[in-house]
Amino acid sequence: MLAKRIIPCLDIKDGQTVKGTNFVNLRQAGDPIELGKLYSEQGADELVYLDITASHEGRKTFTELVKRIAREINIPFTVGGGINELKDVDRLLNAGADKVSINSAALKRPELIDEIAKNFGSQVCVVAIDAKCEDDMVHENGDPNIDGNWVCYINGGRVPTQYRLLDWAKEANERGAGEILFTSMNHDGVKRGFADVALRKLADTLTIPVIASGGAGAKEHFRDTFLNGHSDAALAASVFHFGEIPIPELKRYLADEGVNVRL
Amino acid sequence: MYSNMKVAIIKYNAGNIGSVVNAVRRLGIEPVVTDDAKEIGEADRVIFPGQGEARSTMAYLKEHGLDQVIVNLKQPVLGICIGMQLLCRHSEEYDTDCLGVFDVDVKRFVPKVHEEKVPQMGWNTVEQTRSALFDGFGEREFVYFIHSYYVPLCDHTAAVTDYVQPYSSALHKDNFYATQFHPEKSGSVGERILKNFITKGGVE
Repeated sequence: MLAKRIIPCLDIKDGQTVKGTNFVNLRQAGDPIELGKLYSEQGADELVYLDITASHEGRKTFTELVKRIAREINIPFTVGGGINELKDVDRLLNAGADKVSINSAALKRPELIDEIAKNFGSQVCVVAIDAKCEDDMVHENGDPNIDGNWVCYINGGRVPTQYRLLDWAKEANERGAGEILFTSMNHDGVKRGFADVALRKLADTLTIPVIASGGAGAKEHFRDTFLNGHSDAALAASVFHFGEIPIPELKRYLADEGVNVRL
Repeated sequence: MYSNMKVAIIKYNAGNIGSVVNAVRRLGIEPVVTDDAKEIGEADRVIFPGQGEARSTMAYLKEHGLDQVIVNLKQPVLGICIGMQLLCRHSEEYDTDCLGVFDVDVKRFVPKVHEEKVPQMGWNTVEQTRSALFDGFGEREFVYFIHSYYVPLCDHTAAVTDYVQPYSSALHKDNFYATQFHPEKSGSVGERILKNFITKGGVE
């Protein structure tokens, strides 16, 4: 049976991980390769590296980093951040990334999804969606309902768009996206669990895998998003970087709770 | 030591070849990526990797005479993903005639329930392994898959994976080995498979 995936996400600026870590055993705590290798050895199923640099010079540094990651990491990895056109995708895949994650660029010009799928295959195209539920309609457990007013945002969650979450996710699916990475802005950073009601609606509607993002604070939240949210994968950053939830412990817990994970 | 072995990786119009180059390098071997018949013929091991679609890759192989080069290889050959499917007789993907090393036809997954999404993407187990590729394996090891088409169970099945139905996740016949999954992306388990192929391929 296909396993549910655990995906640590690393934010990169000027070739270094941005959020600090308390992995004292790393030679260089900010080194994205060292951290990626450690996660891989601990049982992470994939890695996501997000370039949060805005400058042209930063892009070049990131591309060089992607080449090093590809040489040294032996599990699949996705890269994202600042991908605006096909030639960015080409550059990063050539550097050795397995998948690229696009966000604002796809909402501004949805045809980019079709172009990536046609030129490189759907499997490389992850469409990341940042959305926020903007009304008071909440599910009985406090989770905003998919039927609520979920608005898609661009530019790192700063600018709202006309797109609604489910409509946009379906469109991305139809255009040839290989996966949807959904971050709930209501849940992100709150550490009270993923947006499982909305995730479940997405997972049950779309024909491609859905990655849950935003809200992980405890092992139970991962169990809930797999069992109740029907998510295919779960992504988190700080709970892994700060060692709050060690990946081996998380996977053993999930296995005990009846989630099929790779041990 | 095997670090002086000559490993050729077949160069053609499929994606993901760089990942295999990196994986072989991590084993301490500098592979040669080539579409030159002589260079491929002289290698100790040949890897036929890739990610892509059957019709355009098959057309490319024929155009460059690589179809005849591949089927006539006598040294151990490892097909990966689309490389494995192209080694079969025929693929449902655009109704494509393939190389015919393995006497079996490639089918498209037809999901029975919504949860069985196509492509299969992620980690799944290989079981009932029957090949030197899997020496040192536990009963239920996970490897990484991305594919929409599959090879049914057949006489050449060397490993079984269950997705929609049990199918061949590895094949073996004479000097030809193949995996549907990507050993180059399957962590330490995948590294062991590549190392087994390079050190033990052909000596069963």
